[in-house]
Amino acid sequence: MHPAFSVILLTTLIGMGQGLFLALYTEQVYSSLQVLDASRDGQFYGIGSAIAVVLLIAGLLASFFHLGHPERAWRSAAMWRTSWLSREVILLPGFIFFVFLYGVTHLFGLDTTIMNIGAVAVTLSLVLGMIATALGFLLFVATGMIYACIRFLQEWHTPLTVINYLLLGTASGFTFATAYAAYYAPELVSFYAGWAIVLTSTALITRLSSLIRNKRLKPRSTLQSAIGVRHSGISQQAQGSMGGSFNTREFFHGKSDLFFKSIKYIFLVMVFLIPIILLAISFYQPSKMLLLSTITVQYIGLMAERWFFFAQANHPQNIYYQTIS
Amino acid sequence: MQDNTITPDDHIEVKNTTCYMCACRCGIRVTLKNGEVRYIQGNPEHPLNKGVLCAKGASGIMKQYSPARLTKPLLRKKEADRGDSNFEEISWDEAFSILETRLTKIRETDPKKFCLFTGRDQMQALTGLFAKQFGTPNYAAHGGFCSVNMAAGMIYTIGGSFWEFGGPDLDRSKLFIMIGTAEDHHSNPMKIALSKFKRSGGRFISINPVRTGYSAIADDWVPIRPGTDGALMLALINEIIRLGLYDREFLINYTNSAELVNIDQASNTEGLFVRSNETFEEGCYDPQNKLWWDRHTNTEVPTRTPGADPYLLGEFETSNSIPVKPAFQLLVDRVKEFTPAWAAEITGIPEETIKQLAHEMGITARDQKIELPIPWTDTWGKEHDSVTGNPVSFHAMRGIAAHSNGFHTIRALSILMTLLGTIDRPGGFRHKAPFPRPIPPCAKTPKGPEGVQPNTPLAGMPLGWPAEPNDLFIDEENNPVRIDKAFSWEFPLSVHGLMHNVITNAWRGDPYKIDTLLIFMANMAWNSSMNTSEIRKMLNDKDENGEYKIPFIAVCDAFQSETTAFADLVLPDTTYLERHDVMSMLDRPISEFDGPVDSVRIPVLPPTGECKPFQEVLIELGGRLKLPKFVDEAGNPKYRNYPDFITNYETEPGSGIGFLAGWRGKGGEKFMRGEPNPQQWEMYEKNNCVFHYELPRSYQYMRNFNQGYLEWARHHRLTRYAEPITIHVYSEILQKFRLAAQGKLPGKQPPNHLRARVETFFDPLPFYHVPLETELTDTHKYPLNAITQRPMAMYHSWDSQNAWLRQIHTHNYLHVNPKTARASEINDGDWIWVESMHGKVRCMCRYSEAVEPGTVWTWNAIGKAGGAWNLDKNANESQKGFLLNHLIAEELPRTGNGPHLSNSDPVTGQAGWYDVKVQIYKAGDDEPEETWPQFDGPKQSIPGVKPRKRKWLSYFAGKGENK
Amino acid sequence: MTQLALVIDLNVCVGCHACVISCKEWNTSGNAGSLSDLHPYGKDPTGTFFNRVQTFEVGEFPKTETVHFPKSCLHCEDPPCVPVCPTGASYKREEDGIVLVDYDKCIGCKYCSWSCPYGARELDEKQKVMKKCTLCVDRIYDEALPESERKPACVMSCPPAARLFGDIHDPESDVSIAIREAGGYQLMPEWGTQPANHYLPRRKTRMTIHQDELVRADNPLNKEHYAEPEFDDPSLDDVTSW
Ligand SMILES: Nc1nc2c(c(=O)[nH]1)N[C@H]1C(S)=C(S)[C@@H](COP(=O)(O)OP(=O)(O)OC[C@H]3O[C@@H](n4cnc5c(=O)[nH]c(N)nc54)[C@H](O)[C@@H]3O)O[C@H]1N2
Ligand SMILES: Nc1nc2c(c(=O)[nH]1)N[C@H]1C(S)=C(S)[C@@H](COP(=O)(O)OP(=O)(O)OC[C@H]3O[C@@H](n4cnc5c(=O)[nH]c(N)nc54)[C@H](O)[C@@H]3O)O[C@H]1N2
Ligand code: SF4
Ligand code: SF4
Ligand code: SF4
Ligand code: SF4
Ligand code: SF4
Ligand SMILES: [Mo]
Repeated sequence: MHPAFSVILLTTLIGMGQGLFLALYTEQVYSSLQVLDASRDGQFYGIGSAIAVVLLIAGLLASFFHLGHPERAWRSAAMWRTSWLSREVILLPGFIFFVFLYGVTHLFGLDTTIMNIGAVAVTLSLVLGMIATALGFLLFVATGMIYACIRFLQEWHTPLTVINYLLLGTASGFTFATAYAAYYAPELVSFYAGWAIVLTSTALITRLSSLIRNKRLKPRSTLQSAIGVRHSGISQQAQGSMGGSFNTREFFHGKSDLFFKSIKYIFLVMVFLIPIILLAISFYQPSKMLLLSTITVQYIGLMAERWFFFAQANHPQNIYYQTIS
Repeated sequence: MQDNTITPDDHIEVKNTTCYMCACRCGIRVTLKNGEVRYIQGNPEHPLNKGVLCAKGASGIMKQYSPARLTKPLLRKKEADRGDSNFEEISWDEAFSILETRLTKIRETDPKKFCLFTGRDQMQALTGLFAKQFGTPNYAAHGGFCSVNMAAGMIYTIGGSFWEFGGPDLDRSKLFIMIGTAEDHHSNPMKIALSKFKRSGGRFISINPVRTGYSAIADDWVPIRPGTDGALMLALINEIIRLGLYDREFLINYTNSAELVNIDQASNTEGLFVRSNETFEEGCYDPQNKLWWDRHTNTEVPTRTPGADPYLLGEFETSNSIPVKPAFQLLVDRVKEFTPAWAAEITGIPEETIKQLAHEMGITARDQKIELPIPWTDTWGKEHDSVTGNPVSFHAMRGIAAHSNGFHTIRALSILMTLLGTIDRPGGFRHKAPFPRPIPPCAKTPKGPEGVQPNTPLAGMPLGWPAEPNDLFIDEENNPVRIDKAFSWEFPLSVHGLMHNVITNAWRGDPYKIDTLLIFMANMAWNSSMNTSEIRKMLNDKDENGEYKIPFIAVCDAFQSETTAFADLVLPDTTYLERHDVMSMLDRPISEFDGPVDSVRIPVLPPTGECKPFQEVLIELGGRLKLPKFVDEAGNPKYRNYPDFITNYETEPGSGIGFLAGWRGKGGEKFMRGEPNPQQWEMYEKNNCVFHYELPRSYQYMRNFNQGYLEWARHHRLTRYAEPITIHVYSEILQKFRLAAQGKLPGKQPPNHLRARVETFFDPLPFYHVPLETELTDTHKYPLNAITQRPMAMYHSWDSQNAWLRQIHTHNYLHVNPKTARASEINDGDWIWVESMHGKVRCMCRYSEAVEPGTVWTWNAIGKAGGAWNLDKNANESQKGFLLNHLIAEELPRTGNGPHLSNSDPVTGQAGWYDVKVQIYKAGDDEPEETWPQFDGPKQSIPGVKPRKRKWLSYFAGKGENK
Repeated sequence: MTQLALVIDLNVCVGCHACVISCKEWNTSGNAGSLSDLHPYGKDPTGTFFNRVQTFEVGEFPKTETVHFPKSCLHCEDPPCVPVCPTGASYKREEDGIVLVDYDKCIGCKYCSWSCPYGARELDEKQKVMKKCTLCVDRIYDEALPESERKPACVMSCPPAARLFGDIHDPESDVSIAIREAGGYQLMPEWGTQPANHYLPRRKTRMTIHQDELVRADNPLNKEHYAEPEFDDPSLDDVTSW
């Protein structure tokens, strides 16, 4: 597939936004459960949520660039019964909305206790956060499923796609949170760094699994099934349009093999290797600069990862568009 | 759901006319919305295409509104060079007066200094008439570089030919062999017929070095080495005779196979038929005064003696002690050594396959006979209860024609068809009116320079059909009278001229210098010239006085082609949707097997800008120059315009014969012949623009010898004679030229340097020889044959300005068998050099398993000169596309001081396009990834040509954007 | 239920591109129009087409088959491109099974094209909406056209009549008969999309020659061998008496 920059931005930004929110909320739950000591004020959550909202809205905006008719984007909520894209379109604003409420509740001190369950005070923000969390997870599923549900794109058609979206989003969100904490709540750096390392490492495992899986994939469609001729020696001579077509622009990444392969190693290093090392260092020796670089490196790596995710998907339609003459 | 883009305010019209996106001439129905073309569809009521339409036809909209269209008469600016496309706009009045002044002077002094050459046009009847009236012999159309070998080879043998004059009867055929055809003039009808044929279980074999297009759907593909079909045909003949699979009855009754030939080597009439004493009136027919050897009486008898049964084989001595053999015996002697094994070596086709081919042909012909309950009478008065046929048919075109050995290959093919007994019979080859014609047809050129006189029409036709050496168009010194040297000893039977040598000859002043060259609808600075790069230089070349070697060039074209760039005067033509046209019986009509058909074009749109149909230009010029047929006694123009001319012109006053055969007579009650009918155009318009006369069934077959048909044809003046047209298995006509070369025939004699050539190639029986150019090539250095093919979705160079078609073919590759490519370490897609002994081009390679390994090929005329056709400078056509013509020479390599000889068939002058041999090698890594050679486009815009703009094209008819 | 479709006979398709261009010309000025072209007179011209003809080579020289292969939207019975569309612009008509795009609803997200394994959809790069073969829905029901012309433009134009049009659910329709009798097949059956369009394979007519057809009783050469001897020519009667 041809990776569209807008979609790369969309998926990486909202993934990170979702992850960041989950990081904030995890911390709040831990605090509520008194696993961590609850010394953060509303501002920590409020500003954090605001950043998450900014990331999410940036992602949303980026997605508009992908549309031929952004002014009609509202129509895309129509088919939630069948279309994961439609579901994402509903979930994303819903999630943003609840993150927004969650942040506002914290920021403006609107949080009140609704009830107590044992020693735990169930506050308004906890409930809003719970809803947002549910939406966040659903959003991960929806985003992942947009790709995973297309059965022709065998590289994507696996639960690993959803898991990777989830894990890469949360990993980058927690890394972001680690950096955020370095500024606003240095005491949480190791908490977040720990989680970020765990998530990033898990993501490494699942991402590697998908790489290995994809490498072993045998395309289900072949030239033989594409044109219905049984012979091992078929080659295309012409595709009917010498100046290219939508089919050659949308479904081919158009880059060299070398470029393609390098991107793979680049993202493995930038998304996983470097961040894990840097996070491990900050675990012991927190440094704002180091953490800022960590998230920067990881985010750029994620863009590369997303480019690769798209580029690696070999659409069966490509069988029909191999040669011109 | 309906087309809801049409509102009640929209004005919708539907008009019928005839397509001219190619030479096939299908009927079309054009829907206009608010005066713009909404849709072009095939006319379902048209006999030719029956409603279907090809890709070119369907893209007429993009031709009509193309930004490459010329819309104003243009004059080259004084200071500008030819080729620069630096023009100023002038009025038609100025254009006419420039031509009038110039042409009047030429006509008063030496009319042959005016040359009119036309390309793929369909109005040779009018252009030819104009030239003749002007008095110049220097006129021809594309035939000479196109497929004259096909026309001449077959017409000199069976009195008709493939091309527009006849074709395979696929309705009834069982076995169809297609040889060297990619797309051809009978485009849609061939596709319709092929599919019906296949669906009804017919077997289709294609003989072609390449498998694309039609060949793709063949049941069997027989790849052949280019230029070797002659060997294949001879071997097929050999095998068919060896097994006795020929149609003896047909050969005896309808061909000269049993006629006795003098074989006395000492005699001056050696090789001629021995004739009875019976005298015949001189005329354009083959007198029936020859002899058979009767097996019952074992003596010579006049042919067709009742009760006689002639021998086809044997050697006899006549009562006058002349040793004779039946012509068939001579054929048998000839092919004896041409066995399948021999041909296998030459053609690359396995011996077994050749035998299998012969067996399939012979057995299908003999065991699947067709008999139709149609009684008919032959020219000897014999009544037949039925028409019979042998269902084997062939079609062949330029794959065999465009070689310098094509004439004899095609003779061999015609003889093969004759042996199988398939001439104008059901399931075989069928004629189309006005064919068959006498062998050879009657038209003749003048016989010498005295035929060309100031202020006088030419004393003969500019093109004709020589029957003997005395018919040649040469002066006392054997010099050609025509600029292209047609009908000279170099190319005696060049019945369509040699347009491909006109520019070179005129530039060299050989045989003389000319003044004005008028080119109509031919892209001679590009794809219809061989040796294109050099030709472009010649067009722009000046002598020591700084005068152009070709003093004046006028071009009539509809588009900004490569050639218009070289014109001094450009005449903008209309498109086919904007003009009247006729597809006349005097030219090449669209006749069907069942009878004559002619058709017209009627404008569906007004002319764009200042465009003027070339027909109107000729009529106007004819009036101004006071050419006899174009003016009345007082010297005033006789015709208001072209439609008026078509309605009222008669070949001779009162002849009743004009350009159109339908609805003649005062009220349209007559056909073929009759007084002019003022309503004729309207009547055509009401009838789908077609006139179709279906012959009575008994006149539809065996027309070479069908009394009913021949008398019908004579009555309607398709011909003057109703004599039988005996098939020339043995060609006495060729033998006469050979006798002249041997000094045995009184009259015109070839110059010494051509004697051997004429003697060799004027063989009364077909033979195989290596193409002339190949013979002169170092085939170790240049081992590969390079050929071109027509793509179905492009017409020559016309369509690169067509926004839809150019998306299908926007540049071309050289297609190479992977084995061949790998041997030169060339990968698929690599930039390579293709080099012949004449030049080289750089292009891209594409692997293909569908090409014989000794052959490389490309689509013809996709590559374009930079900036031509109003394409962007970086358009694929010029950057990645290439033209093979740069590698093909218009002349053979010169040997010593010998004459410059055209790279053509030595009999007919057919351009030897497909004889070129090449080598291929990888282009250097440091070389630019673009084709070579490159040509600069115009530096300035051309008046009247829309500026190249538009990133987007979103055509929607009826919005008034294109009116 | 009706399922309209095209059946394409590869046995007679000569790859002429007539269907490509007649489709373009019909549709560019119709309901689906205009179909825009980018760089129409420049480098790499490219435009929106609903139908393309491709060429494949099968086998190694000299056993090569050249296959011309036209492809447009196959109007799948279970069209994966439809459910994924977020706006409902892509839909399959109940009444005749035609898969269509509502250009007024389409947001140009391209998602449906990802979900078509055949590459049958093309985004109009000027109008930014997804387009595809409409099965000429604006011709086939148009009562202003004569009955015989209520067919897709590509079907009308195809010179060898390689394109058949009809209802594949009606077992007696021409298309159903052709599919049945000539071995019609679907593209990429592995995805279960059930394309309504079918393709008919190449079919070969061969000839077997029997030896007795070559050694013929009616061999005309037999008539040539012996010249009838003269009555007076010598014979055994002259020299012996037994
Ligand atoms: N290498 C190679 N070269 C070949 C051939 C080959 O097989 N291989 N084939 C040869 C053959 S058979 C032929 S017939 C020639 C064809 O060669 P040409 O006769 O030169 O044909 P075109 O290239 O199509 O150019 C004809 C011109 O007609 C113009 N034209 C189109 N429509 C109209 C119109 O309505 N009015 C006027 N006035 N002009 C119009 C076009 O713009 C173009 O400039 O090419 C020959 N050249
Ligand atoms: N679409 C389209 N149709 C056209 C034209 C066009 O430009 N475009 N041009 C029209 C004109 S002017 C003409 S003259 C006709 C010509 O129509 P064709 O005669 O079909 O002309 P070519 O395309 O030259 O095809 C020549 C074929 O012969 C094969 N061939 C080459 N050398 C040999 C050989 O030695 N032996 C054999 N057996 N085969 C050989 C080539 O591979 C090719 O398939 O087409 C007409 N129709
Ligand atoms: S074959 Fe095509 S281009 Fe030629 S006349 Fe017919 S429709 Fe027109
Ligand atoms: S029009 Fe017919 S023959 Fe031509 S490419 Fe299309 S399907 Fe094939
Ligand atoms: S071919 Fe593609 S676009 Fe057409 S219905 Fe099937 S999946 Fe949808
Ligand atoms: S591009 Fe249009 S039709 Fe396709 S999925 Fe998006 S909205 Fe639907
Ligand atoms: S059915 Fe109509 S829209 Fe579809 S390919 Fe044919 S012409 Fe084009
Ligand atoms: Mo031609």
